[in-house]
This record gives sequence, structure tokens and C-alpha cells, in this order.
Amino acid sequence: MSDVGASGPTETDYQRVERSEEFQSLRKAFRNFVFPMTALFLVWYLLYVLMSTYAHDFMSIRVGGNFTIGLVFGLLQFVSTFVITTLYARWANNKFDARAKALREEIEEGAL
Amino acid sequence: MNGTVMAAAAATNVGNIWINIGIFAAFVLVTLIIVFRVSRQNKSAADFYAGGRNFTGTQNGTAIAGDYLSAASFLGIAGAIAVNGYDGFLYSIGFLVAWLVALLLVAELLRNTGKFTMADVLSFRLKQRPIRLAAAISTLAVVFFYLLAQMAGAGGLVALLLGITDKAGQGLVIAIVGAIMIMYVLVGGMKGTTWVQIIKATLLILGAGVMTIWVLAIFGFNLSAVMQGAVDNAGDKGAAILEPGLQYGATALSQLDFLSLALALVLGTAGLPHVLTRFYTVPSAKEARKSVVVAIWLIGIFYLFTLVLGYGAAALVGPERILAAPGGQNSAAPLLAFELGGEILLGIIAAVAFATILAVVAGLTITAATSFAHDIYASIIKKGQVAPDGEVKVARWTVVVIGIIAIIGGIFANGQNIAFLVALAFCVAASANLPTIIYSLFWKRFNTSGALWSIYGGLSSTIILIIFSPVVSGKPADPVTGLSKSMISNPAIDFHWFPLDNPGIVTIPLAFVLGIVGTYLSKERSHPEKYAEMEVRSLTGAGAEKATAH
Repeated sequence: MSDVGASGPTETDYQRVERSEEFQSLRKAFRNFVFPMTALFLVWYLLYVLMSTYAHDFMSIRVGGNFTIGLVFGLLQFVSTFVITTLYARWANNKFDARAKALREEIEEGAL
Repeated sequence: MNGTVMAAAAATNVGNIWINIGIFAAFVLVTLIIVFRVSRQNKSAADFYAGGRNFTGTQNGTAIAGDYLSAASFLGIAGAIAVNGYDGFLYSIGFLVAWLVALLLVAELLRNTGKFTMADVLSFRLKQRPIRLAAAISTLAVVFFYLLAQMAGAGGLVALLLGITDKAGQGLVIAIVGAIMIMYVLVGGMKGTTWVQIIKATLLILGAGVMTIWVLAIFGFNLSAVMQGAVDNAGDKGAAILEPGLQYGATALSQLDFLSLALALVLGTAGLPHVLTRFYTVPSAKEARKSVVVAIWLIGIFYLFTLVLGYGAAALVGPERILAAPGGQNSAAPLLAFELGGEILLGIIAAVAFATILAVVAGLTITAATSFAHDIYASIIKKGQVAPDGEVKVARWTVVVIGIIAIIGGIFANGQNIAFLVALAFCVAASANLPTIIYSLFWKRFNTSGALWSIYGGLSSTIILIIFSPVVSGKPADPVTGLSKSMISNPAIDFHWFPLDNPGIVTIPLAFVLGIVGTYLSKERSHPEKYAEMEVRSLTGAGAEKATAH
């Protein structure tokens, strides 16, 4: 596909869509959601891994019965993964899909 | 607890071999009938490679869980928790959190811009032939290591469950498992393979769920009591199994090794080719999203089960008996099944474990065949001038060849350390595939040179560092056997200079940096019009591949 000829002075339809305000705001909404969320869970996971590796004494403190802070922290990784999954799916289903669909239909009908 | 009751049986093998074989044969028969029934319409490339893109998100999510929950997950993690406690649990967390990368950054965008393979997406706006070749090579490398791990694991499982201890007999069983797998994929294509995954995932999760509830019921539904039972059985390790550090905490080097592993696990999943191809089996990006959501719930719940099963096996079976059994650590879950439900439950769990290997190998094989036929044969050798049924014919032959390689490799790798092979596959995926996927989806300036630097640099650095790591040579000799724990077991041969078992902490950042360096060193003209098309299509789904109508 890369051997398509030079773009030249004329713009393709996709470039026109890319420049449009609707697309720019859709892209911004997407990136504003997924990039901070990715940073958040990666930092949270790395914190857990680093603590499990280098803070043995702290992670070994009992918080009730045989539950250690390390185990609770590990279980919280499960909770955070389920929560982020649900938040993203809800956001994408309710906020993102309709806008993407409208734009897609405009493109496929050649209206943009 | 009941520490010594079945110790004699556990020292050789447990259960009734014929029950184990019978339940497994029933699974093979039922799945074969289903595979034949669903695959009558396997005509086009989209049918064979992507199941006609007609699976629902829930079906595909279950199949993803089936692909992902390999024997290493089920037997390996439960065993690691039973023996090393908390440090075994760390594995499962990396494997789960990794799915958020796929959910947020990869699944939907990939579904919208590609057709069958990872290379479709990478070559979208870069030079077709060099990128396809590089992506296909790294796909085949990941699949090869993953495949070897699964087939090597089959040997140990045979020893434990069928009581076959000589290498020739195990080799025969590996060959039979491989032959059944080839038949599934040849007849069923992606559609048949997907149904095998769905059935297997359902059985595996139900089986683990029943055992989990059973273990909890014995201890009055008190997880703390299960852990107390494990501590009581742990001998001189005692309460240390509740704390981090048993497996990885010994030295500064082993701590660094663990960080390296954790990085490879969390970044590897979204670069695994057999996971990526699954996103093409659904009709839209929305269904691809739903697939990952379903997969995350199933995989997460399953790993919570393995926590209970691991400590449960430690409490009810005890680490001494587990380590004395033929499969070593891997036998924790089967021995626990025998302890709980006798021969029948062991037979079911054993059959499920076999089915797991079968299904994962089938998924890997079809991914490799797709990549070879679609990327190398059709796009590079034939330059796109090939009839679709010609491409599928090549894919079918590739299935047979890969199946035979898997059988031979499995026989030779029998008895090797499977956890390291899986970790290696994740490390290659995270180093060679993920940086290029992320850059080509999100970075406008990225170009062919950057992609080639990153893929080949990530792939070769990983393999070179592994070859010169303690995994291959130079681990200290075991005082009892006099053999080294490295792949080369002769302790006199030692050519290692890289100190870590897992090179991810070096190779993953290196591959990301190489992508940037390669991009800026090249004078390649950028294609703003192709980037515009890719970006618009990836987010809106305009022009995405549609499901085939039947």
C-alpha cells in the first residue's frame, strides 16, 4: 500500500476527514481517555511489582488472619483491572461509539 | 492434613489410566464432531483464517481465554503457588493486567485496520514487503517458542496422568496429540479451532471453579484457614509462603530478574500473534472490545481460582508429595483433584489439561500458517498475484509442516523447563512486536526504517541475550545429581555472560529506542495521506473488513 503515488497538492478524502473538527475532537476524546488510563494502570502495577520485590517487610505485615498487605495489594490489582475494564467499556459504548458511527457513515456516504 | 494417605500412589502415578484416557477420548470425539459440523463452509480465506468474522464478542472472548489459559497457566501457576506461595501469585497478576494494554490501545484499532495478521496493520502505511517479512519472522519466532513450551509440557503431563515414564512412549503420545491437532486445524480452520477453544475454556473454568468451591467448603469458606493449612504443611518455609521473596528474593540479581519478567509479562500479551489474530474473528471493533472485556473477566476469575487451588494443594496434598510426583510442581492441580474427588475428578481435570494443550497448539498453528501463507507466500513471494484458494491451500500445507515441527520439537524439548520457554515467547512479543504496533498506530512520523530497527533489534537482542544467559548454560550444579539446571545440563560447559534469565528489562526499552533512532536516521518520505487513512479508519471503523455472509 505504500507504493501509492505522491500525495501532491490534492488532498485525499481521508486527509480532509482527518482535518475536520469532528474527527479531531473524536481523536482527542479517545486519547484523553486511554493514555492517562494506560499510564495509571502501568504505574499501579509497577508499584506493586517494586514493592513485592524490594519491600518484603512491609508487604509481609498481617492485616487480618493470614492476609498480608502483599496479598491484599495483589487482590487489589484484580479489582483495579476489573474496574478499568468496566469504565472503559461503559465510556466506549455510551460516549465513543455513536460519534465514531456518525463519522463512519458520513465517510462511507462521501458526505465529508 | 491428610498428608500421607495417598503418598504411595503419588510417588508413581495416580488415578485410573483408563478413566483418564476415556474422558480425554470423549472430549476429542465431541470436539471433532463439532469441528466437522461447523466447517462445512470453509471456502474463502476469510473463512479459514478468521472464521468468517462471524463470532460474537462473548464467543470470541471465551475463545481468547481458551487460547490464553494454557497448561502453563493452569498447572504451572497452581503448582508455583503450592510450592512457593506468594511468588507464584505474582505471575498471574502480570498475565491479567497485561490485558488492559490490549483493551485500551490495540484490540479495536487493529480490528479496524487489518485483515488477517499483525503484518496487515504494520504494513498499512509502511513499505509492504520488508515489513511483512519482518513481522512474519517475529510472528513465527514467538509461535515457535510458545509451541515448544506447550509440547514440552505434554511430555510431563503424560508421565503424570498415563503413567508412561519412558521417553519413547511419551514421544508417541506427543505425536498422537500433534496429529489430532493437525486434523482439527486442517478440517476446521479458524472456525473449528475457535470452537475447540470455547469448549475447552468452559470446561477448564468450570473444573477449576468446582475444585475451588470444594476446597473452600472443606475450610468453612475461609481463605485464611486454607492459607493456615498451607502454612502448617510448608515445613521449614512456614509462614514465608504468605510473603513475597521465596522464589525471587534471594539476591539482588534474582530481584532484578523478577522485575524483568514482570515487564515482559505485562507488555507481551498485546504482542502475541495468536491473541492478535483472534480480534479478526468478530464482525466489528465493538465486538472486539467486548471480546477483551469477556476475556478479562474469565481470565481474572480463573486466576483467583488458581490462588485458592495453589494454597489448597499445599494444605491438602502438601509440597513434599507434589514435588515427589513425576510432574513435579506441575502436578499440584491434578493431585489436588485426586485428593478431592478421586479417580473421576482427576480424570476430568487430566482430560481438561490435555485438551488445553491441544487447543492452544491448534490456535498457535493456525496463526503461524496464516502468517506464512498470507504475509510471506501471497504478499512477498507471489507479490499479491495469487488466487485466494491458492493462498488457503498453502496455509493448509503450512499447518501440516508446523504440526510436524511441533511434534519433533516437543519430543526433543520433552523435560525442558517450560516456564522459561513461555517467558521467552512473551519477551520476544514485548520486544519485537509491541513497540512497532504502538508506534504505527499512534506516531505519525514513524517509518519503515524505524519498524525494521525495532523488530529485528528486539528479536535478535532477545535471542542473543537468552543464548548467553544462565538459562542455556552455567547454572551451578545440583549437589545431588551433579547436573546443571540450565538447558545444557553439563556443568562444565558454561558460556553465559548475561546474568538474568529473562532479558526483557534490557530488550524491551531497547526496541522502543531503536524504533525512534531508526525512524530519525532514515530519509524516507513520509506518507501523510496513508497515516490520515489509517488514523481515520482505526478510530471510526470506516472501510473495515466485514463479516462474510452465509
